[in-house]
Amino acid sequence: MTDFDYEALGLKAGIEIHQQLNTKEKLFSHTPTIIRDSSEHTGEVKRYLRVATSEMGDVDRAAKEEMLAARLFTYYTYDTTGLVEIDEQPPAPLNPDALDLVLTIAKMFNMTPLPQIHTMRKMIVDGSATSGFQRTALVALNGAIDQTCRIETVAVEEDACQRVTDQVFSVDRLGIPLIEITTAPCMKTPEQVHDVAQYIGMTLRSTGRVKRGLGTIRQDVNVSIRDGARVEIKGVQELDLIAEVVRREVQRQLSLLAIKDELIARNALVNGEVYDVTSVFAKTQSQVLKKAKVILGTVLHGFAGLVGMEIQPGRRLGSEMSDYAKKCGVGGLFHTDELPAYGVTAEEVSVLKESLGAGEQDAVIIVAATEQKSRCAIQMIIRRAKMAMEGVPEETRKMLEGGSTAYMRPLPGAARMYPETDILPVPVTQEYWESITTPELLIDKAERFVHEYGLDAGMAHQIAFSEKLPLFERAVSEGIRPVFAARTILASLKELSRARISPDAIPDDSVIAVMKAVETGHAAKEAVSEILSACARGMTLEEAIETVAPAFSREELQTLVHTIVSERVDFIKSRGKAALGPVMGVVMKEVRGRIDGKVVSEVLEEELGRII
Amino acid sequence: MTFSNSDPVHVAFAGLDLHGIYISGSDGNAIVKLSSGYNICVPELLCTPDTDHPGVQPHHAAEPLKQDATLPLLSIISTGGTIASTVDYRTGAVSSKFTAEDIIRSIPELAGIAHYHTVQPFNILSENMNPSMWQELARTIRDEIAAGAAGVIVTHGTDTMLYSAAAVSFMLETPAPVIFVGAQRSADRPSSDNAMNAICSAKAGVSDLGEVVVCMHATSDDVNCALHRATRVRKNHTSRRDAFQSIGRVPVGIVSYPDGNVTLGKDAVLRGTHELRLFDRLEPHCGLLQYYPGMNPAVFDAFSGYAGLIIAGTGLGHVGTDCIEKIAALTAAGTFVVMTSQCQAGEVCDRVYETGRDLLNAGVVEGGNMLPEVALVKLMWVLGNTTRREDAVRMMQTNLKGELDYDLWREM
Repeated sequence: MTDFDYEALGLKAGIEIHQQLNTKEKLFSHTPTIIRDSSEHTGEVKRYLRVATSEMGDVDRAAKEEMLAARLFTYYTYDTTGLVEIDEQPPAPLNPDALDLVLTIAKMFNMTPLPQIHTMRKMIVDGSATSGFQRTALVALNGAIDQTCRIETVAVEEDACQRVTDQVFSVDRLGIPLIEITTAPCMKTPEQVHDVAQYIGMTLRSTGRVKRGLGTIRQDVNVSIRDGARVEIKGVQELDLIAEVVRREVQRQLSLLAIKDELIARNALVNGEVYDVTSVFAKTQSQVLKKAKVILGTVLHGFAGLVGMEIQPGRRLGSEMSDYAKKCGVGGLFHTDELPAYGVTAEEVSVLKESLGAGEQDAVIIVAATEQKSRCAIQMIIRRAKMAMEGVPEETRKMLEGGSTAYMRPLPGAARMYPETDILPVPVTQEYWESITTPELLIDKAERFVHEYGLDAGMAHQIAFSEKLPLFERAVSEGIRPVFAARTILASLKELSRARISPDAIPDDSVIAVMKAVETGHAAKEAVSEILSACARGMTLEEAIETVAPAFSREELQTLVHTIVSERVDFIKSRGKAALGPVMGVVMKEVRGRIDGKVVSEVLEEELGRII
Repeated sequence: MTFSNSDPVHVAFAGLDLHGIYISGSDGNAIVKLSSGYNICVPELLCTPDTDHPGVQPHHAAEPLKQDATLPLLSIISTGGTIASTVDYRTGAVSSKFTAEDIIRSIPELAGIAHYHTVQPFNILSENMNPSMWQELARTIRDEIAAGAAGVIVTHGTDTMLYSAAAVSFMLETPAPVIFVGAQRSADRPSSDNAMNAICSAKAGVSDLGEVVVCMHATSDDVNCALHRATRVRKNHTSRRDAFQSIGRVPVGIVSYPDGNVTLGKDAVLRGTHELRLFDRLEPHCGLLQYYPGMNPAVFDAFSGYAGLIIAGTGLGHVGTDCIEKIAALTAAGTFVVMTSQCQAGEVCDRVYETGRDLLNAGVVEGGNMLPEVALVKLMWVLGNTTRREDAVRMMQTNLKGELDYDLWREM
């Protein structure tokens, strides 16, 4: 993909980061924050959601659009979820541990806390919250990342359900506390978006109190270019994709602007007339059209070739129209830029165009479903087609694999917020704020490990950002040499994961004990990984050392070396000192992991010295 | 500087100049709604009037109700409660301010079932109900049916709904269905049970039913509402949608959702079985006392002078032996004492154990399998209609409105 001159295009981007907090209990429920496998569900609840008006008397436009099709949602429940998750009980008070952590993070960004925390309900009726809203509260305002970027707000909020399939959700994730960090729209290049997201992620992990792993942190990106529009892209889970998402959104907005210019040049027209074209397809071989009760069509004058034009990888203007149509519960649409195809014949296309009076320059869109769904869908398509003549619509979009995006809903407005009447405001006193201590940043830690412990920069960074950082810091505090501790922890983690053993299967105590055994000469450092895997399989440390690598004494080694050297006297004499390497290899084959290689080398040199 | 609700304001906070609208204030703090929709609380001193921004003006669209007069007439009597609740900025909590019109407006499906006449005799949370309100309610229902309503829906807070429903059962002979309906989850949430319960109650209101029932979620799912006989129902959970359950029997009907099919049980009282008659006298001077181990017998003295007392005794209907003397004194002084059980279900029998026999000798009347709350309401009604003890005993032990339905788990 060609890169753009983003500054010249007037790119403005901001991000919202949602990070799960690793608290014991959920934000408004005393149930644990454990993610389950949906096959383990122990119950199901079936519910509808309806839009409610805000306290100002308005209905949120995004919520209204979700309600175009009444849907019955199914929620999976577990033995680790409770009545709050299925909206059968008023919420518990705001989890103080979650608030404490959010305040800590706010302090790390030099923000100002609000004197009282007021919980709100943010309406979302897409089914992902059983109540129809997500509870959220602003905690602090106005912080700084660096000279160039500002954090506008941090809020604490509930995570939503995980979608199992289309209308089936799992409530295990619902209510896990999230911190939401919203930056100002201060980023001007895709790379800057990546860097800011990375920095915020690092700050969050520096607390040691956030959840880790895929899905525990999600970025939403707000992107606009000059003449384009603000678009919010939800759910970017991988940091490495974030810049690509921004690039592709710029590409999409530029393409939509080009389409707009072309439409104007062509004098394009969307007159909104809808035709019943069911009879045109009376004998069709297309499976989709055959099944449908009603097929409706509309002509987009001057749109030919543009509906099928690619606007970002894998996406066309037609895909955008299809996303809008799907809000009415239809599977999608057909447009004449892509026909004949999907079982629709060239003859049917020409009859269709002829019967609607569509010319060379025109595109025809059809939808096929029940009468009600088709009517709803064709109106949405007409709406989107009209927007194409205006340029880029303001939208909430979701990320697709690879970094392209699909339309989700209009940008929500203030009407989606409603006070949560079941939660009392929580005061944050000046005293409390001052008592909060902030942790050392991981980047500072990594630097300190280089200076203080003599770790090389790469290893220092790796251990500082590792989940096993607390183990490393404990090992060092218990007197284990830092370089050895870091190397052991990182190397054995890698080997264990290669052997598909979870590093959590080995208690920290065992790792420390193994390292101490090496430091005192009771185990060879080459055997650490194997000893640890044996521990993971349930052996005690002593059993593991005994089974995997019974320690080899110096005396035993001397006997072995003597035997091996005696068998190779000629070779050694002919090679002289250069024989050390090959003979060392033979010895190590026998004793690897049972005695320190340094000792082997000493003993061998002694023995060779007698011959040479 | 004082502000009033929905004034646009500037807030100087955290080095920022924020814009929002003023919602409310107390103790020197202001709640301000920011343009993002979030409410924040800041010292009121930091707020200044914002003359540049118009702010968000609250508007409450009140389009005239469109009704289809060719559909049956239903009467909605709204008394308040969660089904009709909205946020109150005075307390920040939920209060009942919705009218019956608001309910019809916010649940458009209702307009396809019937056309409606709405009455609001009072608007309270149901814990504030009392017997004189039950009487007013019964009279209002009578008037609505007399005026041609095919059915009456009473929206009611769920806490004491069963008392009101039972009271209306005893006071009113009705040819038409009287449906008590409420909500467990507030109407201002997208997941509220209010819409489904209201739609099911309207469907029951135009059905063949001819008795007083409570219509609420049958399970936690939005799939069925149950129609519970008003004298055999209890609120069994503080917050769940399916809190209301028939005790000792199955519901008299089921309304499926969203199609609204009403299936009535074999013993449901059908439309037109009874003629419209009102017997609205009550003797409110009656009490209900739950016995507990070690209760001081002097507690019974508090009921001296009462016309009637329901005891919710242990198990088959017992109290500690040391209470019997006090109870005998009450009955001797003219208080009508009825024994019920604090067990969830089942009948009292004071003939099995010695304590029971002593209670009968002390003048206590057995309350069968009546729920204690229902027995209380019934006793008020019985003593309001007769002063002769033998008539009262007979009436208390006669199954008048299903309150003494035997524990037969009838097939639907």
